[in-house]
Amino acid sequence: MHVLVEAVVSGLILIGAFFLLVGSFGLAKLPDMMRRLHGPTKATTLGIGSLLIASMVYFAALRGQVSVHELLITLFLFLTAPVSAHMLAKAHMLRAKGERGRLPPTGGPKGWATLDGGD
Amino acid sequence: MLARLLPHPLLTLLITLVWVFLANQATAGAVVLGLILGLVIPAVTAAFWPGRPRIYAPLAILEYAAIVLWDILVSNVQVAYLILFRRGDSLDTRYVTVPLDLVTPEAIAALAGTITMTPGTVSADLSADGTALLVHCLETHDPEATVATIKHRYERRLKRIFE
Repeated sequence: MHVLVEAVVSGLILIGAFFLLVGSFGLAKLPDMMRRLHGPTKATTLGIGSLLIASMVYFAALRGQVSVHELLITLFLFLTAPVSAHMLAKAHMLRAKGERGRLPPTGGPKGWATLDGGD
Repeated sequence: MLARLLPHPLLTLLITLVWVFLANQATAGAVVLGLILGLVIPAVTAAFWPGRPRIYAPLAILEYAAIVLWDILVSNVQVAYLILFRRGDSLDTRYVTVPLDLVTPEAIAALAGTITMTPGTVSADLSADGTALLVHCLETHDPEATVATIKHRYERRLKRIFE
């Protein structure tokens, strides 16, 4: 039984480490700012997720304690990752003038919020 | 009176739950302290929450969460494949505009967050009048199909939940 649980936990940790590595690798490898944003926002969610599930399984099965901290970490991660990615993208659009020409039209009367200023 | 004391009942419940989870044990002390925080924090920050989102289909949230979790799983594998086996320059990367049917700010925020967490897409900006979302796709050969997927898979369900 313990061997089985340990195998599952080890497997989850390896999967998590793999996806975290891929996310960081993407951050270094991809050629421009907006593409680089994809690495850390996605490949890392599954990486962290696997590590957290591994942690929950470990404490529940081998230590006999139920831990819910992992669920909170997941919640906070899912709340903060999109917001920081969104802010990075907005800052990039504001600073990189070349990026503006590539933006598609909004399809409405107003432009994109970062550049239009709004009222 | 009750509305002043509890400007956001759901937020109160959420803060209490988060506090109990943080304590990692459901003792009476943790629940009471959580309740105090749950009453004080919404009252102090009420000015930042002008609207009160209505949730019309609470059960649909579970379905939505399951679909999003599944998509996150799939997208992770796809993005990992793109990062590992494709040259960065050869990716068909582009921006797409997603016209929004949603009007509730909370629903739009949920949609933008979902887009960032799922298949090869990051939501980059909102139009100044809140009617369109700028989405950056890591790899898409058919932008219209991507937009249609986002609208059909996520926006339609969020509209059922919030509007």
